[in-house]
Order: sequence, then C-alpha cells, then structure tokens
Amino acid sequence: MVIYGVALLAGCMLVGLWAGDVLGMLLDIDSNVGGVGIAMLLLIFIGGYLSDKKKLPASTESGITFWNGMYIPIVVAMAASQNVAAAIDGGLIALFASLVAVGASFALIPLFGRSSKKKPSSEAPSTAQDPLSARSVASSHSRPTR
Amino acid sequence: MLESLLTQLEKQHLIAAFALVGGAMYLSYIVSDKLTRGRVHGSAIAIMVGLILAYVGGVATGGTKGLADISLFAGLGLMGGGMLRDLAIIATAYGVRFQEIREAGMSGVVALFLGVIVSFVAGVAVAYAFGYRDPVTLTTIGAGTATYIVGPIAGAAIGASSEIIALSIAAGLFKSILVMIMTPMLARHIGLDNPRSAMIFGGLMGTTSGVAAGLAATDPKLVPYGAMTATFYTGLGALLAPSVLYLAVRAIF
Repeated sequence: MVIYGVALLAGCMLVGLWAGDVLGMLLDIDSNVGGVGIAMLLLIFIGGYLSDKKKLPASTESGITFWNGMYIPIVVAMAASQNVAAAIDGGLIALFASLVAVGASFALIPLFGRSSKKKPSSEAPSTAQDPLSARSVASSHSRPTR
Repeated sequence: MLESLLTQLEKQHLIAAFALVGGAMYLSYIVSDKLTRGRVHGSAIAIMVGLILAYVGGVATGGTKGLADISLFAGLGLMGGGMLRDLAIIATAYGVRFQEIREAGMSGVVALFLGVIVSFVAGVAVAYAFGYRDPVTLTTIGAGTATYIVGPIAGAAIGASSEIIALSIAAGLFKSILVMIMTPMLARHIGLDNPRSAMIFGGLMGTTSGVAAGLAATDPKLVPYGAMTATFYTGLGALLAPSVLYLAVRAIF
C-alpha cells in the first residue's frame, strides 16, 4: 500500500531529526546536527534491506518515489518563499561576503581531484523514473563540450 | 464570482500552491526549450522565477517569506517550508547505494571543515575591508556567511547587536541564492557530474536550500549526495563559529 512507503519515509525523517537534535544537545550547541542526513542514511539502509528481501512492492515504493518526484516543485516553492528582499536590503557587505565565500568554495571543488567515474551510474533508481533526469542527461549530451 | 474564487484560493492554499508551481514549471520548461534550446535547465529557470517573485512579494508586503506573505499565495510557504522540503530531500536518498557514500565519506568530512572555515574567513575579510574591527562583529558576519542559521546562533552566543545579526542573515541569504543560480552555470567547469564531487560540493557550500536547488537545476540524480553532506554543515558551523573561530578572530584582531 502507498501509505506504507509514505510512513516509512516519515518514520525515517522523524527518527533522523530527533537523532540530530539529540546530537546537538550532546555537543551543547543550539542546532540540529545532520538530522536530515541521518534520516537519509536510515532510508538507504532500511529501504535497501526491505527491497533485498522483496518486501517493497511497487505500490509501497510509489509512496516514496512520489515525494522524490515532488522534490523540484517543492524547491521552486521554497525559492518563491525566500526572504530575497532582506538579502538585497543587507547591501554590499552581505553581497560581497557571500560572493567571495561562494567563489572560493567553487574554486576548491576541483582540488579534491576528479573521480574516475564521470557520471552517476544510469541504473541508480533514485530519480530514474523522473522525466527531469532524463531531460537533463539528454541536454548535457547536446551541449558543446568546452 | 471572482471574489469567491479568491476566497477559495486562500482557503485551499496548499492546493493552490501545487497548481501555481505546476503552471510556473510548465512555462519555465517551455522557455527552456524554445528560448534557450535546453541550454538553461527548466528547473533553473523555475527557481529564478521563484526568487524574482519572492523579491516582489517581499517588497510588496514587507514580510519575511517572499511571495508566501501575500495571503493568496500563502500555500507556497507550507509547500516550500522546512517540513515538506526535508521530506522530499530524504525521499531522494531512496535507491542510493551506500557504497558510493562511503567511498566519498572522508572527502566529504574534509570538505565540511574546509567549507565552514573558507566561508567564515571570506565573511571576516570582507567585513574587515568595510571597516569593521570589533571581533564580535567580525565573527558574527563570518558565521552568517557560512549559513544564515549559524550567523544568529553565533551572534547571540557572543553578544552581537541586532543590526549585525540582520547583516549576517543577509550574507547567508545571498550565499544560498548565489549557490542556486551559479551551480548550474559552473557545474561542468568544476567537474560536478558525479556522486563524489556532489558530496564534496554539498560539504563546501553547506547551505541546504542553495545546494538542494542548485543540484536540482544541474542534475537531479546528484541531489541526495550533495544534500547528505550539506545537512551536517549548519551543525558544524554552529559548533565552530562561536568557539574556536571566535577565539581565533579575537587572537588576531
């Protein structure tokens, strides 16, 4: 049933965020430490285990893949509800500080060295059904390589 | 007639947001196809449109939630708020193989520490260049440049004024907006096309919303890897900024 997949996802999120809060308390900082990341690891392990045991029929899986597919629309809604006006009010110091930080961070990425694998493997099922990913692969092929 | 339609839209705000975002994405994909021949990804255009609308909404209402402050579009705040955003980010992890995460694990941790320190130093340097000399102010702006959540946490911990905290939040907001816009443009030039570099990218940038939107507009397959490391960044920043980094700033200035 679809709700089993949604419930599994919800359960991973609740446990992960709770663990992130506890971790923050243990470190004595007023912040959630990696709650979403912990939830993702839980879903990878539990989802992988159940799917190996053939305990995840397609209908259950669709409860997770639906939210996976809603990800980009949710990000668009998130962008539309950002406090962009406040950022622009912050003026030049805020803009320069973030420009320098982002520029330096981008420049550091190649220093970590490129991995031998150029593309994420195409059979990765995470967004395989998503028409967006197919489109992005297609468009990256059609781009001229510089 | 029209009034009752508006009332319904306000009442069913989340549903109205689904319809609105769906329509905006449809138009964005048409623009992507016809005007840029797919060179600029449709979701990148949709995110830019979202940011512009957020600016318009913020200026029109003076609120803090962009377009969502206009009551007709209140559902955007719920749809794009932390709860559903985190649920959707976690859902992207389904089907990821743990092996890929373990292989990049160490680089991800190094990237996290480096990311917090580089952004902090950049913020401190720019604040210094603009004439600030007080260690508390420098630290707060540096912390805000890491993410807009770390700025207020550090500022409150070391006693910064509310204007400086607001400035630090603005720096963090700019950072997340810049990451959203620049990632799809720069991705190919920095080798951001595999899970490993996505994890390093997430660790270096740290802004979960920026990383999430930037990768979505680059290649949705990379989202779970970047988001995974980025969610540890704010915690690490909140740990380092008011303690080690503040002491370092005080020792230097």
